[in-house]
Amino acid sequence: MNLKATAASSTSDGTSDSSAPRRNSKKPKYSRFTQQELPACKPILTPGWVISTFAVVGIIFIPIGLASLFASQRVVEIVDRYDIDCIPETLRNDKLAFIQSRETNKTCTRSLTVPMDMKSPIYVYYELDNFYQNHRRYVKSRNDKQLQSKKNENETSSCDPEANASNGLPIVPCGLIAWSLFNDTYRFSLSSKVLEVNKKNIAWKSDQGHKFGDDVYPKNFQSGGLIGGAKLNASKPLSEQEDLIVWMRTAALPTFRKLWGKIEVDLEANEQITVVIQNNYNTYSFGGKKKLVLSTTSWIGGKNDFLGVAYLTVGGLCLFLAISFILLYFARPRPLGDPSFLSWNSDPAGHMN
Amino acid sequence: MKRYVNINDNGQEDLYCDNRISNTKYTILNFLPKNLWEQFSRFMNQYFLLIACLQLWSLITPVNPASTWGPLIFIFAVSATKEAWDDYNRYLSDKQANDKEVWVVKQGIKKQIQAQDIHVGNIVWLRENDEVPCDLVLIGTSDPQGICYVETAALDGETDMKTRVIPSACMGLDPELLHKIKGAIECPNPDKDIRRFEANLRLFPPFIDNDLCPLTINNTLLQSCYLRNTEWACGVAVYTGNETKLGMSRGIPEPKLTAVDAMIDKLTGAIFLFQIVVVIVLGIAGDVWKDTEAQKQWYVLYPKEGPWYELLVIPLRFELLCSIMIPISIKVSLDLMKSLYAKFIDWDEEMYDHDTNTPSHATNTAISEDLGQVEYILTDKTGTLTENRMIFRRCCINGTFYGNESGDALKDMELLDAIGSKRPDVIRFLTVMAVCNTVIPLKSKKGTISYKAQSQDEDALVHAAAHLHMVLFNKNGNILEVNFNASILQYEILDTLEFTSDRKRMSVIVRDCQNRDIILLTKGADEAVLPNASSGQQIRTHVEAVEQYAQLGLRTLCLAWRELNEDEYREWSLMFKEANSTLVDREWKLAEVCQRLEHDLEILGVTAIEDRLQDGVPETIETLRKAGINFWMLTGDKQDTAIQIALSCNFISPEPKGQLLLIDGKTEDEVSKSLERVIRTMSITPSEPKDVAFVVDGWALEIALKHHQKDFTKLAMLSRTAICCRVTPSQKAQLVELLKSREYRTLAIGDGGNDVRMIQQADIGVGISGREGLQAARAADYSIGKFRFLKRLILVHGRYSYNRTAFLSQYSFYKSLLICFIQILFSFISGVSGSSLFNSVSLMAYNVFYTSIPVLVSVLDKDLSERTVMEHPQILFYCQAGRLLNPSTFAGWFGRSLFHLIVAAGMGPVLSLKYFRYTYRSSAINKLQQAERLGGPIVSLGNVEPQMKSIDKDVALLPMSQSNNRNTAYEPLPSDSPTSSRRFLGSATPFDFLQTTQLRLSSTYSRNFKDN
Repeated sequence: MNLKATAASSTSDGTSDSSAPRRNSKKPKYSRFTQQELPACKPILTPGWVISTFAVVGIIFIPIGLASLFASQRVVEIVDRYDIDCIPETLRNDKLAFIQSRETNKTCTRSLTVPMDMKSPIYVYYELDNFYQNHRRYVKSRNDKQLQSKKNENETSSCDPEANASNGLPIVPCGLIAWSLFNDTYRFSLSSKVLEVNKKNIAWKSDQGHKFGDDVYPKNFQSGGLIGGAKLNASKPLSEQEDLIVWMRTAALPTFRKLWGKIEVDLEANEQITVVIQNNYNTYSFGGKKKLVLSTTSWIGGKNDFLGVAYLTVGGLCLFLAISFILLYFARPRPLGDPSFLSWNSDPAGHMN
Repeated sequence: MKRYVNINDNGQEDLYCDNRISNTKYTILNFLPKNLWEQFSRFMNQYFLLIACLQLWSLITPVNPASTWGPLIFIFAVSATKEAWDDYNRYLSDKQANDKEVWVVKQGIKKQIQAQDIHVGNIVWLRENDEVPCDLVLIGTSDPQGICYVETAALDGETDMKTRVIPSACMGLDPELLHKIKGAIECPNPDKDIRRFEANLRLFPPFIDNDLCPLTINNTLLQSCYLRNTEWACGVAVYTGNETKLGMSRGIPEPKLTAVDAMIDKLTGAIFLFQIVVVIVLGIAGDVWKDTEAQKQWYVLYPKEGPWYELLVIPLRFELLCSIMIPISIKVSLDLMKSLYAKFIDWDEEMYDHDTNTPSHATNTAISEDLGQVEYILTDKTGTLTENRMIFRRCCINGTFYGNESGDALKDMELLDAIGSKRPDVIRFLTVMAVCNTVIPLKSKKGTISYKAQSQDEDALVHAAAHLHMVLFNKNGNILEVNFNASILQYEILDTLEFTSDRKRMSVIVRDCQNRDIILLTKGADEAVLPNASSGQQIRTHVEAVEQYAQLGLRTLCLAWRELNEDEYREWSLMFKEANSTLVDREWKLAEVCQRLEHDLEILGVTAIEDRLQDGVPETIETLRKAGINFWMLTGDKQDTAIQIALSCNFISPEPKGQLLLIDGKTEDEVSKSLERVIRTMSITPSEPKDVAFVVDGWALEIALKHHQKDFTKLAMLSRTAICCRVTPSQKAQLVELLKSREYRTLAIGDGGNDVRMIQQADIGVGISGREGLQAARAADYSIGKFRFLKRLILVHGRYSYNRTAFLSQYSFYKSLLICFIQILFSFISGVSGSSLFNSVSLMAYNVFYTSIPVLVSVLDKDLSERTVMEHPQILFYCQAGRLLNPSTFAGWFGRSLFHLIVAAGMGPVLSLKYFRYTYRSSAINKLQQAERLGGPIVSLGNVEPQMKSIDKDVALLPMSQSNNRNTAYEPLPSDSPTSSRRFLGSATPFDFLQTTQLRLSSTYSRNFKDN
């Protein structure tokens, strides 16, 4: 490169001298851009470079993987699937009838054992399965303008088929998402003492502050023939309906957890928690599971082994590659940049590329 | 078919258009519809419009319609603005021409009017340095002889001044009378031939006689020429406005499509099909899901009965979702890159020619990639390989050779003595040299004489004659004055039998003013002159002289003369006049008439003119050869000269290394036989490999192309080198067409008007802005100052352009496919309902800001430095064979986007795979990159052992590569080796090195043969 640069500059000097006396020379002006001589770096896959890259990646990734795996292991998680168990055994052959009936008693009591000490805050989630919140018909069926401000109450476009109540008045909040709001409830108690669940601050602050107006009150909600899910307290503005806000932030995948509340006391190992569930929500028609999840968090969030495993796998692979490349390098060294290997200088059979 | 122009008659104003020039494509009113129509006539744009329209349907649109409409409108606005700007500039230049004030005779009075108001039949007056506003027939000039000078540079690019004369009927008319002149001109309908004008003029009484007076192109002033060295001139407007010769020849050349573009189109089509398949599959899956699973998902609340188009909704949604597979940005990005490639060529300092102060220029900005894929270069000889600076070197007068010892006849004492003693044969020889031409002597104020010649040969001859004391110093109308040893000889030029490339000779008939003899002076190519020698004459010495000179690479001309008797001339003159005034086939008739006079000639001698090779020609040819490019030389010159030049510029090797195979013959049979013989010789793998080239002359070529096209094509594909001599411009174009028909990428390079057709025909036309004017350079896609710049144009600019475009186009597809695959994958976990994972803003940001704009810097990418490429031109194979952009590389990119979809963190395996390939299966480019980095001497000595082996394998490979009939532009070569690139003639060349020098293995191709 240096050689070339000096050669270029010397020619340009020489030519500028000779063309100086000539007026209106059409010689192109020199600049590193026009001559395509901008400095550049060209990484080349030399053994040293490749091996050290792999080694460095391996050395960095393995500790990260171990750390996150460790953190994930320290998270205590209680998962309880209750969708089947909460139906009396006699009615289990027609779950749909049970859930759709207004007569049946849907209260159900579950008992959970705390496996290890759980530090507060303990997050309470419900987990749904095979529920397509990302279905196009569903995910589009809302009107953000209406949710935002009272003056847009009549904006129900794109909310079909839950746009207007049977009397023709707009539904607030309109759309399928709000209509199908999750309506199971949980009451926790610890050895017959009620465990308080904090249902404040479970939604995104930005949603509460900007997307859901504090002057928008539910109107005509769940008043039609078909009742989807939960009803809303018509005296509370939408910005305070945190369950709705959580629900309306639609999940990207068909299996998802949504925050239901926080328990703000520590739980000790082997304590028995009694949960009284109002099992209202219909997941039986599409065979979805319902789970109750209690979980602590760590710096990587909830219990998630995937991240640690992924880091370990990639790091381990890199380290393995680095080592095998080193061995290979000594076993079968191959001089780089030897032009005698060029096909026109040598073996035309070496055309394996 | 004919047009009758009444001079000075205002009654025909409505018959023909006025002189308003209009080159604009649009008007303000029709701009929008017309431009949109043009843009939408392209398939890609129709597709995008359809997508954008579908997006307006909110039921199916996955994203905001603005994310498609925005870019679409932007792209349309950009190209519309460009069109509008070009059109506006055309309008401005038209307006300038239209508003120009000119003097025109109206009702007998000279008036100044705007150029656009000139009508056919008007008499237009021009003054010195005026631009001619429309096509005029000259009727008067300030010169008493009726001559005026014009510069035709704007018309044909030739910078020499040309003389134009008034027709004989108007000779000697008083300028005042010209205001009132009446008459009629019968001329053909407007055409675009700027070399031909076959018309008749008849003046009405009282102006002279009633005779028909023939008009030729020499009696015209064509639009856009300039009047020079003449005080005034006036003429009758015959063609006006857009019907002038210039206006008619101004056409939009057909856009050339590069191989890369064709490949991208093909790949786009493939992706389109893939998209359709995906849409159909997902659409059906979506409908099925909707009818089964979705009915259970109560919260989706699907109605039991949908509208009639219900089944279409989901497939259309997927169509929209997948529409980003074909990136809307690719065209804009590629256009932008292409115009930058062109700019880099314009800006390149190393392709700036200091001698003529011309930078290189890319006229066609769209075909740079093709430069990197050239397989055949068809080159002109004179002016392209040579300097076209003619110098008179030797001559042979009446059997005596002059200049053989010193190499310069002008310094040959023997010749000077012969002139001193006034030997009649030498005097005659010099007379022909000085008189038989169309050179115009111009006397400067200091008394020195300079010559304006249209042909470099004539210029050389006149200068040489002047050196030998026969000075042509004045040409005044028909009277020509020559100063010989201080005595002035006067000749009256009676007729000039002009040079045409078919006749290959020119003659003048002069009357010697001393003794009133009429003499025919002829000069021309030997085969055009020697057969017409008088029967008694010995022409052997002349034939020998021609051969001898041709072997030295000199251009030869035979000079001859004949005395005519008065009657013969008068009789012939009538025929000539008649032929001259025919309107149909005038050229052919003239040639026939001329033939009747040009016989029984007395051959005076042979001149030999040297045309030096340009700098760096042999090196350039050698380098480009190594790069696997085949050279054909197409020249109008004679065989021996062509071969000689070919030898001296490394084009062919001399015996014993090279072998020239001759295809000749005058009849079909002979040609057929010799063609067969040559093919047989070529197809046998010789025990001792040679550079084999074939030589064919124009005559045999014509027969071969007509009757044995198949054989000739086969030969053309076998041979890396060919010399075609004595070919006409149309044959040059035919040969280009022949190679193009076999899907070869051809580059034609030339400098003169006779190369224009070939240049326009070839995939890439390169013009050398040389001495024969700018005609070729204007018709060409690229114009360069010197032949040696071709090396840089191809190896540096062409190669980089190809690499960059190959990368950018595939990358554009890759990034679009990647995001599309993510959407498709997501559709499987979102109930196949066609919802989009990304919102509109993210999608647009991804497509434009994250992936389209940053990657544009790849316009500066260099995989190898320029120096390395120049040292290893073989690397061009990668581009030639289309290795970087073809379905298999595209499949690689396709797979990469699939892989990145599945394994986002998949860089490790990819890198290691790359490393493996890089280290153990590295391609030539990688090896050179490594070598470049190490900085050591790249040329090394190979060991002989593998070399030997290689040849065996190479040979074994051959039948396969032979049968590999090329019908696609890409062709993954069976190996890297230059030798296996389907011509086994070249395959054997490495042998040479083993046998001659084992140390110079780096160059596969023969070094300069002079070493041997």
